[in-house]
Amino acid sequence: MKGLSVSKAVTALMLAGLVLLPLYSSLSGNIFILTLFTRIVILALAAASLNLIMGYGGMMSFGHAAYLGIGGYAVGILAQEGIGSGFVQFPVALAASALFALVIGALSLRTRGVYFIMITLAFAQMAYYVASGLARYGGDDGLTVYKRSDFSGLIDLSDRVQFYYLCLACLLGVIFLIWRIVNSRFGLVVQGLRSNEQRMQAIGFPAKRYQLVCFVISGTMCGLAGALLANNTDFVSPAVMYWTRSGDLMVMVILGGMGTLFGPVMGAVVYLLLEEFLSQITEYWALIMGPLLLLIVLFGRGGIMGVLGRVGRG
Amino acid sequence: MLLVVEQFLNGLQFGLLLFLLAAGLTLVFGIMDLVNLAHGSLYMMGAYFAATFAAWTGSFILGALMALGATLVLGIVLEVTALRHLYGRDHLDHVLATFGLILFFNEAVRLIWGPAGLALPLPAWLTVPVPILPGIHYPAYRLAIIVVALLVALLLYLGVMRTRIGMLIRAGASNREMIGALGINIKLLYTLVFGLGAALAGLAGLMQAPILTVQIGMGENILILAFVIIVIGGIGSIRGAFLAAIFVGMIDTLGRAFLPNLLRQVLSSTAASTAAPALSSMLIYLLMAIVLVVRPEGLFPANRR
Repeated sequence: MKGLSVSKAVTALMLAGLVLLPLYSSLSGNIFILTLFTRIVILALAAASLNLIMGYGGMMSFGHAAYLGIGGYAVGILAQEGIGSGFVQFPVALAASALFALVIGALSLRTRGVYFIMITLAFAQMAYYVASGLARYGGDDGLTVYKRSDFSGLIDLSDRVQFYYLCLACLLGVIFLIWRIVNSRFGLVVQGLRSNEQRMQAIGFPAKRYQLVCFVISGTMCGLAGALLANNTDFVSPAVMYWTRSGDLMVMVILGGMGTLFGPVMGAVVYLLLEEFLSQITEYWALIMGPLLLLIVLFGRGGIMGVLGRVGRG
Repeated sequence: MLLVVEQFLNGLQFGLLLFLLAAGLTLVFGIMDLVNLAHGSLYMMGAYFAATFAAWTGSFILGALMALGATLVLGIVLEVTALRHLYGRDHLDHVLATFGLILFFNEAVRLIWGPAGLALPLPAWLTVPVPILPGIHYPAYRLAIIVVALLVALLLYLGVMRTRIGMLIRAGASNREMIGALGINIKLLYTLVFGLGAALAGLAGLMQAPILTVQIGMGENILILAFVIIVIGGIGSIRGAFLAAIFVGMIDTLGRAFLPNLLRQVLSSTAASTAAPALSSMLIYLLMAIVLVVRPEGLFPANRR
């Protein structure tokens, strides 16, 4: 059980760091780090939602960034049309993502394996091109969100610290939810389907229905990340849905450790910090990042969580 | 009439180009079971090599031949140093590792050639319009692409179906343990197949280069199209890739050319001109979604190859 404790200790350390970050930021006067970590926390939320279907459900979605765009555009379009209340924007963002997930999930789940990877990619690309065609909402150039979601005094999203804690609370809430889902009867069925779909079906579980519900939950969670992201950047553009963004999310999940509760968060923190760190050393940061990913795949099975587990066991 | 013929040929030319890219991808996918996202990078490298060597030697043909050799070597080096170790691993590992390779290649190109794009000028004899039908002219270079790509497709077909190496490749696709047990050097065979796929991607890149600018990230959009093609055609099937590539090339080109006018008849002209580009880009993905929903294994599953 020593191995478990190493990864647990690192996770606890990381969470403590995330909670105390605004304190450090205000003490040192480093505002940039707070902005950076707000983005990290939001993308960690997206990665955690992807992990629910990829890690636990065995559904390799290569189009997860679409929900980031849908959530973001829900906020941006409503703001543009004069509806600034977050109590409207966020539910609409979640509902739109859920609906999109329901439709593409129902179609995509007819396929499996590589075909599933590709069909989810195709649907995300379609969403990308639809957004590029929205001339009224900026088209290719994207849409500026002039005013952040208004929660009528309950919480002020323009305040950096308040916004950061809102994002962190959403992340922890989603992870709690995933933990409850994974350990529920529903979650066990979904994980059973990942290991052996035929056997589960033979026992009498309607496989596709369980997978679809899981797919929709995951998409809805990622839509929340999208709504937060649009508020964070005050901007939403088709580029957030581009397939390389879906690739980034996948990388975060795999890097951190698929099918572990806090792995995606770890992956997002490490991936984005590494990107930030390398881009400060050299303009050509991807020259190091690329081969690094290759090495991680070749030698770091199970991602960071897997490596931590092995280190613990010696 | 002129426009229809011209766009039809453009569609055919684009489709054949996509086939060159998709053929390598489907071979690697079907035989080594490797999802290679970096295939688009090889396409890009082909274009960059061609632009550089052509400027170097002053000859388009010579530059193209050297670029072809260079991508072949690059593909082999890539296989031996990195991708070989990924065979038999999870598809997700492939996605992650080759995603890293894309980052690497884009950045390496930025470092070596700079962020600005390159141009690959054509020799004068390839720029003249050629009469193909009475009163209809078509650029010689695009015609040359069609001829070369068709030739390569034929050679590939003959090579895979009629030669000993081709037989081994097909055998390797259906059962790799068995062919290894029969004393065939399967590692060498895989390296060869990967190199061949890389050279095909390079050929597609260098032929496309004079039409578009040679720039960073040029391989990524077209890579997705190539994936769409092999999924529509059925993974591992060269015949499926060929038909799907022509189909996709046609739909994309004809959609872009005629959709705005079609939409203008039902929508206001401003609405049509904004909706048309998005809609024509979507057509292919729509097609793929429909194919996958109706036939989840693609149109020509590989076992019928």
